[in-house]
Amino acid sequence: METGVAILIGLFFTVAVYLMLSKQLVRILLGIAILGNSVNMLIFTNGRLTREIPPLIPAHLYVPETATANPLPQALVLTAIVISFSFFAFLLVLAFRAYQELGTDEINKMRVAEPENEQTPPQGY
Amino acid sequence: MAGPSVSVDYADAMITAPIAAGDWLIVAPSLITMIGGALCLMLRKNTDLQPKLGIALLGALVLASLALLIRVLDHGVITMVMGNWLPPFGIAVTADALGATLTFIGSVVAFCAGLFGMKTVNSSGRRYGFYPFLLLLMTGVCGSFLTADVFNLYVWFEVLLISSYGLLVLGNDRIQLDGAVKYGVLNLVGTNLFLIATGLLYGIFGTLNMADIATKVAALDNPASGTLATVAALYFLAFAMKAAAFPVNFWLPASYHTPNIVVSAVFAGLLTKVGVYALIRIFVLILPASREYMADVIGLVAILTLMTGALGALAQTELRRLLGFLVIAGIGSMLAGLAVGSTLAISGAIFYAVHSIIVMTALYLAAGIMNMMEGSYNLRQLGGLYQRNVAFAGVFLVLAFAVSGLPPFSGFWPKVILVDAAFGDERFWLGAAILVSGFLTTMAMGRVWIYAFWRGGPEGTADGQSVAVTASSPPELAGGAVWLPLGVLTALVVYFGIQPEWMIELSTRGASGVVDPLGYLRSVLGEQG
Repeated sequence: METGVAILIGLFFTVAVYLMLSKQLVRILLGIAILGNSVNMLIFTNGRLTREIPPLIPAHLYVPETATANPLPQALVLTAIVISFSFFAFLLVLAFRAYQELGTDEINKMRVAEPENEQTPPQGY
Repeated sequence: MAGPSVSVDYADAMITAPIAAGDWLIVAPSLITMIGGALCLMLRKNTDLQPKLGIALLGALVLASLALLIRVLDHGVITMVMGNWLPPFGIAVTADALGATLTFIGSVVAFCAGLFGMKTVNSSGRRYGFYPFLLLLMTGVCGSFLTADVFNLYVWFEVLLISSYGLLVLGNDRIQLDGAVKYGVLNLVGTNLFLIATGLLYGIFGTLNMADIATKVAALDNPASGTLATVAALYFLAFAMKAAAFPVNFWLPASYHTPNIVVSAVFAGLLTKVGVYALIRIFVLILPASREYMADVIGLVAILTLMTGALGALAQTELRRLLGFLVIAGIGSMLAGLAVGSTLAISGAIFYAVHSIIVMTALYLAAGIMNMMEGSYNLRQLGGLYQRNVAFAGVFLVLAFAVSGLPPFSGFWPKVILVDAAFGDERFWLGAAILVSGFLTTMAMGRVWIYAFWRGGPEGTADGQSVAVTASSPPELAGGAVWLPLGVLTALVVYFGIQPEWMIELSTRGASGVVDPLGYLRSVLGEQG
């Protein structure tokens, strides 16, 4: 099962990188959303994928009898989901405001902070 | 199936002894700023009270971090564990000399910025949360410096990142939105890489505690190969992005000149240095074999970063963008220390980080004062500042000398240590790059001083002529809120230049604490570690 999920994660990363390399800001943001999800799946898979085996340790043992899913990566993923979701929401609003102000969502044309043909510093003393 | 009954002795897994009262200082920096930030947020409509409260809280932060530093120097590394479960089960917060020093210097800088912000942040900026964001930024910065858990480091990075987004767009100008998009997207990609590496690291070792990982890595037969090499490369890329090292530095000159000048000052002082701190922590403490393995790559990145920063600074007309490139050049010097990796080199990198935090913040504040006097950041339009205020011209010259690494100011000693360490390790290109970059920085800063201060007026003023100083000094410059922060930071620059022994001893302790981490491991894992 892990192998299949690993291939899926690889696909997710491919799509994310492809989208992030495009010129449109909206596509870049979609790429970032997918990147966040692929990272979350990677951590989730790290903690073993098992079905219907509760991570309970019998009273007379110190470790579980069979391999169970590790709950800690799931807790990490939960934290990461919350963080990446809130960042994505912020970036969406930011991109919309930037689109309103700059009139473009093409990153090559967003040149307000770094204008083209900028004045050179004074030459000579 | 009744097996033998086992009674679990929880005393083995739990710390039952009460925590020494002084150890609570470890969480004080994060707690003061977090609670203070929430308090300021509730009072955000009271724009008169906010600066007073914010500055009082930042003052308390400075005192708490100073007390923490003194305690660390007296008692060695101190650790506190959340929920009293023994590490690696409980989440540890650890203060060593490296973390405590940077926390203290960072708090001083934040206090100065809070004071400066009284004049430059208007009531709308206050209402939209300048002080809450600044305090929460410090929560993230102090948390990063003091955590002993890799995943918590990620969380603190996110705390400081989201606060920095808030500060960056405060004011909502076109140029800010443009800069914030680039800053936001690239930094989020960086933290995602950090998270991937952390996930893989947990997959390998099953623990997130830095000390625990360090001992497990040290026990491996071949600790630089296999998946760990991937993890190390990912960490390097992620933190290099945070620190604005060469191929991934482009977000910094695109965004640092856009916000309010005091926000630029805090960012230039603190944010990139948190990335450098994380590099030192991960590569020297946890993955020393990978650092050795990657030393040539790190050295190459350091050389290119030094050159990019210095040459970029030479090509700028806008004063704030010029300073942004100097931040990058400083990062190159710290990476040079990491590439060499000896105790001497790491202590040079730590000293340089302290110097860079102070001097870059001071330079941005000075640029803000220049803008208040002349109404411009453009080198072609500035001029005649020497006639306006001779003392300020002197302060700027001190800072220019310091950032170029000229004696007798704070930039000189760490550069001496770093060049010495690089030559001692037979990395001559690296030492040469530090020197050349310092020379180019001298030229860039010398030019700023000649144009903005030395000549009579803006471009077009004839030689020997000077534009009459007409307007009296602008109202923002009255009072101590503008001059005191600059004065404090410049005094530190001069003090560390003339009396470097204290800082050298401090950074050597910080460096030997990570290069030879026995004290750190014992503090976190107990005596058996």
